[in-house]
Amino acid sequence: MTTTSEMGPSEKALTDTFPKLLLAHARARPRAIAMREKDLGIWQAWSWAEVAHHVRHLACGLKALGLTRGDHLAVIGDNRPQLYCAMSAAQALGAVAVPLYQDAVADEMAYILDNAEVRFAVVEDQEQVDKLLEIKDRLPKLAAIIYEDPRGLRIYAQPYLHAYANVQALGAKLHEAHPALFDREVQQGRGEDVAIMLYTSGTTGKPKGVCHTHAALIAAARGGCEFDRLGPGDEVLSYLPMAWVGDNLFSYAQALTAGFTINCPESGDTVVTDMREIGPTYYFAPPRVFENLLTQVMIRMEDAGRVKRALFHYFLGVARRCGSDILDGKPVKLTDRLLYRMGDLLVYGPLRNVLGMSRIRVAYTAGAAIGPDLFRFYRSIGLNLKQFYGSTETCAYVCLQRDGQIKYDCVGAPAPAVEVKIAEDGEVLVKSAAMFKAYYRRPDATAEAFDPQGYFRTGDAGFFDRDGQLKIIDRARDLGKLANAALFAPNYIENKLKFFQYVKEAVAFGSGQPYVAAFINIDLGAVGNWAERRGLAYAGYTDLAGKDEVYALIQDCVEKVNAELASDPMLADSQIHRFLVLHKELDPDDDELTRTRKVRRGFIAEKYALLVEALYSGAQRCNIETEVRFEDGRRGRISAAVEIRDVKTFPAAERRAA
Amino acid sequence: MNERASPQVVQSRRKIGDVILAVENISLAFGGVKALSDVSFDVHEGEIRAIIGPNGAGKSSMLNVVNGVYHPQQGSVRFRGETRRKVDPHRAARQGIARTFQNIALFKGMSVLDNIMTGRNLKMRATVLEQALYVGRNRREELAHREKVEHIIDFLQIEHIRKTPVGRLPYGLQKRVELARALAAEPVLLLLDEPMAGMNVEEKQDMCRFILDVNEEFGTTIVLIEHDMGVVMDISDRIVVLEYGCKIADGTPDEVRNDQKVIDAYLGVAH
Repeated sequence: MTTTSEMGPSEKALTDTFPKLLLAHARARPRAIAMREKDLGIWQAWSWAEVAHHVRHLACGLKALGLTRGDHLAVIGDNRPQLYCAMSAAQALGAVAVPLYQDAVADEMAYILDNAEVRFAVVEDQEQVDKLLEIKDRLPKLAAIIYEDPRGLRIYAQPYLHAYANVQALGAKLHEAHPALFDREVQQGRGEDVAIMLYTSGTTGKPKGVCHTHAALIAAARGGCEFDRLGPGDEVLSYLPMAWVGDNLFSYAQALTAGFTINCPESGDTVVTDMREIGPTYYFAPPRVFENLLTQVMIRMEDAGRVKRALFHYFLGVARRCGSDILDGKPVKLTDRLLYRMGDLLVYGPLRNVLGMSRIRVAYTAGAAIGPDLFRFYRSIGLNLKQFYGSTETCAYVCLQRDGQIKYDCVGAPAPAVEVKIAEDGEVLVKSAAMFKAYYRRPDATAEAFDPQGYFRTGDAGFFDRDGQLKIIDRARDLGKLANAALFAPNYIENKLKFFQYVKEAVAFGSGQPYVAAFINIDLGAVGNWAERRGLAYAGYTDLAGKDEVYALIQDCVEKVNAELASDPMLADSQIHRFLVLHKELDPDDDELTRTRKVRRGFIAEKYALLVEALYSGAQRCNIETEVRFEDGRRGRISAAVEIRDVKTFPAAERRAA
Repeated sequence: MNERASPQVVQSRRKIGDVILAVENISLAFGGVKALSDVSFDVHEGEIRAIIGPNGAGKSSMLNVVNGVYHPQQGSVRFRGETRRKVDPHRAARQGIARTFQNIALFKGMSVLDNIMTGRNLKMRATVLEQALYVGRNRREELAHREKVEHIIDFLQIEHIRKTPVGRLPYGLQKRVELARALAAEPVLLLLDEPMAGMNVEEKQDMCRFILDVNEEFGTTIVLIEHDMGVVMDISDRIVVLEYGCKIADGTPDEVRNDQKVIDAYLGVAH
């Protein structure tokens, strides 16, 4: 397989769909490893030729069962080679793969399966089969369910249930009778056919089916692979949900474009071990995964011997000082360089090894804001961690950070062949080849998603900083204006606060107000621990939250955020003037947070109207009584006198310079 | 949650065969204490059979009689057509009876994998010397055993703790490892002594699922002791009820549930 940049136009036509790419790899490098799966404790490898063979039989089997061009085939389960093959098999027949989140409950699946008019479903195991059977009555179009793992399913007698292996056997027979059938089907595929349909999370209304063509996904994949020079030798661990656009890009589109190997972990619980064994060269994880890993390392270091602990902390200090600069190729003092080299030998190298990151060339994080300390930690120990920006609609391909040009609060410059501009209201607009075709059966929503010039409205608000890197600050609809018309990005401020370990949740207010003010939820674990070390006695959350010492601790955090906001001329007016520490923890059970733990700002503002009023009235104290729902469904009331503090603000950077 | 949609799912194709284990007129006493008096019941092949009863009713003693730890003064145990008065646990294990214990009996310092491997002990043919040197038959054997064990690990979904020392695991998982070790012996009859004791709701649900799966997939006959009535009524085909060493009821969950003697035993009678 030649690399994409050397490819002529005719060659591109030969590889304008995923099944064609798969066959091209199988021809050019039949023995190279396409996939690995850990099964019975051993990594089993599948070569490109084997994958192509597997897909051929499966596709023929699906054909025999009646899957035809334009049909939709749902894929539900953990990352398994068989399920990736099912996507290819569907596409080979001109059908569209619709991966679903495997942990969704049956009712959520029912909506998507019905909306997508799914006729076939390839699922992993009994768990998923049971869910589908539960909702089968509501899905008249669903004609066949194919399960990969037969365990526990032997006693099921439904005629529309098929074992994966049986479907393949059926396909093998059909292939034998009509050897040209599969290739003919594949050749009928065109780049502009829809390849995959992904559903939006549906935080704003019902989930929408995002239709991606082969061409769009391949454009995003080629762009990304060239950008980071990904090639056949790379290895990636496929452990993120198959329904998520990122996995479709990294484990499917890019793997098929660049021809690298994907590795499927044994189960969701074994990812850490599997990662160590595989040693991927290309890695993606959302910020929380990086955070969990770091926490585990720190906890284990607490149990280490004194010498090791001292070494660890000393060299982490060295890394903090110069690690990122060395990675970015910036000038660094010779002594620091030598110390870092020694640290690499004694601490960073072994640490990367333990984390399974020894071979990582390119690591990405996205999906949520990443804390600066967290980001710097990984970069300082020599991990080339970068950020990107994208969404389901844009094939997760809009902005990428270039090696050596890394900033923790930006998402990078526009990716090759992507045009990004900022609308007047601050919304980020995108135009590129890697763009979805339409929302399934929602022409209204599709039309709404594009502006008159054909730019896609991302719904995110942001701006370009001095170095031309995009900085995302909030959802465009959450963006507000202060009374003096200055920009107010509540999410951005809340995230900055939440980067402090003592702050669990924050809610910023300011739309139409003279200044920004905030509710803070302390992190009971972190603050409780802090209080214990100081010998500070407390009875529970409400008591701890009201302590003067805790207020001082939080005030310090808020002032640090203010100092940072002041340094950015766009955001200097958003400094927090007053805050209070809430007397109860915000909870999804009380409808204050969504199930994914996002604050429901409007609801909170209404529920605690008294407190919001106090933030803007100059009062120092406010009595409040709140109803709470306990986990067992009982209701109770919490009442408290909540203190409100004023905070130091800083002059804006420009004004200070002037 | 909806009801299971299709009746075909609930209707199982499990085969209940002939009597595989018959316990006949067992009486067991420790000195003057009568643990069991004249208890008889039978277990069919492929069945899930529960033994319930208040504390001290003689449930664990019954299991110990079945697998040969206790020798009853009277009565006999017939297993797969072979009647025996006295049998030692080793022999019972060879005949295909495996069990788990009320208080977990694993090797705490050994990994999950090694613990389960010990369950294959009876199947190993190599000599001690061969095993020590890892040569000859032993090498081949161990690979085959390891594969079998890996299937069980996969079956019970404990891949993530394969290499973890058992002592570091939470209780619910230790119980699962113990089940894994019992399964490693490929038993015909599996005795489970309170498999769900001390578990939370989710762990109990998982364990129920595993017990049913073992029964369905391997056709293993299961006799279990359990205090959680919900679980017992849900998964057993038939139930024996003991009280003070005597059998007071025997039948399907519905029959037992409505039996006046059982209700009295559990709720007490007004005197």
